[in-house]
Amino acid sequence: MEADWIWGLGGGLLIGLGGAVFLLGNGRIMGASGILGGLLDGSGRSNAAERIAFIGGVVLVPLLIALVTGHAPVTHVTSNAAVLIGAGLLVGIGTRIANGCTSGHGVCGISRLSLRGIAATAVFMLAGILTVAVLRQLLGVI
Amino acid sequence: MLRILLALSAGGLFGTGLMLSGMTDTAKVQGWLDIFGNWDPTLAFVMGGALIPMAVAWRLTAGRRPAAGGSFPAPPHKELDRRLILGSVLFGAGWGLAGLCPGPAMASLSYNGWQGFLFFAAMACGMMAAPWFSRHLDRAAANA
Repeated sequence: MEADWIWGLGGGLLIGLGGAVFLLGNGRIMGASGILGGLLDGSGRSNAAERIAFIGGVVLVPLLIALVTGHAPVTHVTSNAAVLIGAGLLVGIGTRIANGCTSGHGVCGISRLSLRGIAATAVFMLAGILTVAVLRQLLGVI
Repeated sequence: MLRILLALSAGGLFGTGLMLSGMTDTAKVQGWLDIFGNWDPTLAFVMGGALIPMAVAWRLTAGRRPAAGGSFPAPPHKELDRRLILGSVLFGAGWGLAGLCPGPAMASLSYNGWQGFLFFAAMACGMMAAPWFSRHLDRAAANA
């Protein structure tokens, strides 16, 4: 538990390195929702191949590491199907309407001091904090 | 081909970072948001760590071109419109509800069971429906 912040910092550096490669290499902002969403709604058809390659890396490299090391990371994802569907819809619609998520607005936006990135991050953090406060601390349902 | 390889590497680094940092563990993400309960500060270290290479990368874009050709993104817009705010509210609510956002949802697809698939499928449906909501919001704004 004490080492969590070291793993956090190290993992964070890798995330930032990924964003740096995508920016300096392909000239593109590494936003998970934009890369995936553009494929799904057809707006990213012109560069679909690099979107698919990026998503392939995101999905397959952790799988490969889990296979090689022999143990998958711990997750505590809920088994409540209604919560999963509701949350997924909110995340999908919200990130595309706002044009970004934790990687695009958060990591890539804040690091270039984008006002929209900073504002979006502040708003989705506050909305998340409020959601957890009400549903966990007040109602005890998640 | 270079673009594909670079995108694959960027995705691999991103996914590995998300996995190692603990950000695919919904308990740690919800713990970060749970400031009135058992608060978990890990996400701050992840964000801090990620911002360092990215801030350097943005500085390196000045006076250069992307290695694989093309051009760098235009400077960011400054206006905070209703889509940015409303979309972020919806996203934040969903993020708090399940503890997953788009990056970790993809990175953990291989080890998050049926739950991870169900969340991903719902998120994909939301993304496909989003243009309809966006048009609706724009129309409402134009009529206001």
